[in-house]
Amino acid sequence: MLIIKDLHASVEGKEILRGINLTIHAGEVHAIMGPNGSGKSTLANVLAGNTSFEVTKGEVTFNGKDLLAMSADVRAKEGLFLSFQYPVEIPGVSMINFLKTAVNESRKYHQLKELSAGDFLKVMREKKEMVQIDSQLTNRSVNEGFSGGEKKKNEIFQMAMLEPKLAILDETDSGLDIDALRIVANGVNLLKKPENATIVVTHYQRLLDYIVPDFVHVLYKGQIVKSAGKELVLELEEKGYDWIKKELGE
Amino acid sequence: MDNQNKLLNEVTERDYRFGFVTDIETDIIPVGLSEEVVRIISAKKEEPDFMLEFRLKAYRKWLTMKMPDWAQLKIPEIDYQAISYYAAPRNQPKYESLDEVDPELLSTFAKLGIPLEEQKMLAGVAVDAVMDSVSVKTTFKENLAELGIIFCSFSEAVKHHPDLVQKYLGMVVPPNDNFFAALNCAVFSDGSFVYIPKGVRCPMELSTYFRINARNTGQFERTLIIADNDSYVSYLEGCTAPMRDENQLHAAVVEIVALDRAEVKYSTVQNWYPGNKEGVGGIYNFVTKRGLCKGESSKIYWNQVETGSAITWKYPSCILMGDNSVAEFNSVALTNNYQQADTGTKMIHLGKNTKSTIVSKGISAGHSSNSYRGLVRVAAKAENSRNYSQCDSLLLGENCGAHTFPYLEVGNQNSVVEHEATTSKIGEDQIFYCNQRGISTQDAIGMIVNGYAREVINKLPMEFAVEAQKLLQISLEGSVG
Ligand SMILES: Nc1ncnc2c1ncn2[C@@H]1O[C@H](COP(=O)(O)OP(=O)(O)OP(=O)(O)O)[C@@H](O)[C@H]1O
Ligand SMILES: [Mg+2]
Repeated sequence: MLIIKDLHASVEGKEILRGINLTIHAGEVHAIMGPNGSGKSTLANVLAGNTSFEVTKGEVTFNGKDLLAMSADVRAKEGLFLSFQYPVEIPGVSMINFLKTAVNESRKYHQLKELSAGDFLKVMREKKEMVQIDSQLTNRSVNEGFSGGEKKKNEIFQMAMLEPKLAILDETDSGLDIDALRIVANGVNLLKKPENATIVVTHYQRLLDYIVPDFVHVLYKGQIVKSAGKELVLELEEKGYDWIKKELGE
Repeated sequence: MDNQNKLLNEVTERDYRFGFVTDIETDIIPVGLSEEVVRIISAKKEEPDFMLEFRLKAYRKWLTMKMPDWAQLKIPEIDYQAISYYAAPRNQPKYESLDEVDPELLSTFAKLGIPLEEQKMLAGVAVDAVMDSVSVKTTFKENLAELGIIFCSFSEAVKHHPDLVQKYLGMVVPPNDNFFAALNCAVFSDGSFVYIPKGVRCPMELSTYFRINARNTGQFERTLIIADNDSYVSYLEGCTAPMRDENQLHAAVVEIVALDRAEVKYSTVQNWYPGNKEGVGGIYNFVTKRGLCKGESSKIYWNQVETGSAITWKYPSCILMGDNSVAEFNSVALTNNYQQADTGTKMIHLGKNTKSTIVSKGISAGHSSNSYRGLVRVAAKAENSRNYSQCDSLLLGENCGAHTFPYLEVGNQNSVVEHEATTSKIGEDQIFYCNQRGISTQDAIGMIVNGYAREVINKLPMEFAVEAQKLLQISLEGSVG
């Protein structure tokens, strides 16, 4: 589904991704871990098409198409979803209006009929239940004044509404209380289908207890320096990143 | 020789020099402005003497005035002698069918969702003789007449209700008010007149759509709205469709008088042709709009969305004369490309316990310049008065400018005047967030800008609000790439 080959990216002339190689097949869950500042969010943003980052080298194929050639909104409509580490507030724009536009733009792109207001609200009710998000939140402006945890919950709610093929969850667990973490993880699992894939960026084992990864990668200084199965999570939890740095001869 | 005489002489001489002759029978008079032209206008409109006097006084005053230059505007020299000041309403359609109309204009109509029949009317295409709106208009007029509401063209009002016109014309905007107002007083062609009798709530939004001369009132338009004691009216003016006009200079005057406990809501969407992307062409719009809260506990609300014109000079204002009167100004002004806008409001508190609120939202894109200019004056005797002003500027891109000029004068100790101002840039991160959900950059900007302006848009009557949202969106097309 997603093939990343030798991906380099920089911001303000500073190289942050320094040759990423990663292949993800449908149905898989990949966890990406790594120390602060190693480039995890940068990778997520580059894949999502954030133009503040400049791709200097490499190729990315998404479902057979050249991902890097697409604008950010087209990538989204092609089924790539990013749950932001820091969701953005848009004052005055209601969640309902925002999501209705998003959903219908995607439907138009896939030559489907736009949802009527009634149908849209029905879908919204279902998904709201799935992630147990408060109606008071969805009646407000996009993320405006939401608490940290509410913002994260709202990201997963949007994911539920948009039903992406590839979801990248960038530290969705941070800021969530214990119950919310379980609910959100449960929501992600409910949305999982054999034809979809998920990338989970996290620092903690907790989330991965719920969303069990097939592969775990360690990103360090802009490169994937280690890949293994889910047992790697426990090892990292126990020992931290120092032993990997040692392995790398640092 | 004093200045006034000198100017007078110069102008009259010029008329002679060009062999100024006027045939009273023709429908268009030659270019130029003189006392004779003012007399001709009045004569052609068969006006009573008081009107002619009003015009002449204004004209003489105008001769002594200079074009204001304090605004944050670069105004090209305007040759007032190169303008024709009277053209009889032309009802001749310009085109036979929509096929002949500029396709760019039609595509904008389509984006705004304007019905076909209305598109024809706006573009100057011949319309079918039997049109739905005709019958609508008739029932509408009958309903209003039953309530004693007068809603007609200004010319009709002069003919049929001269007492009301004489009593109120110039009460709020006197001929000597400013250069453009004086010019308007001297030569105005037509406009709208509204009178709501005592205790009557006007049951529908009075919209210029239903006005008889709506499309041909020309460049010097005059509106007078009088709300008698305990009455209410909501008045809509303007149109979201881009209005083209071969006259570049527009100088309208709007006067509102609210008597005891009367309430007037005036909503407008202005979308005159702003010129092309390089800033060529476009309307110069110099408007004087003012409301007088004459009676106690009277209320006047100005709600406006401004997206058009190459140059906009406009300060809808209120004089809060009656005790306990209330005034609001809610405005969104958007400028793009090379547009220039200097807009704002004046709130003059004269009565006790008067209250005014100003919400101004400026949006600048392209190479445009957008200034807010607001004056809040609380007179010494206007005790316990309050004003709250909030003016926000939103910038799109690097080449545009936003300026805020608040003037506050408080003449007593127990009044409170608050002013808040913010300037923000539309965030790349906000746009990316929308993009990531499948919303194109163009739509994202429209959405973010509408969110920013929502507070004001929500004050507009429903059907206007929907159009205004679309208008903001399309006015920014191509502004950020
Ligand atoms: N816009 C930017 N301008 C300058 N430097 C940036 C920018 N964005 C990211 N960086 C830098 O790139 C590096 C990688 O950042 P990134 O956010 O990808 O790290 P991360 O792995 O997600 O870290 P964390 O675990 O703390 O979320 C950091 O050193 C960061 O300071
Ligand atoms: Mg990060």
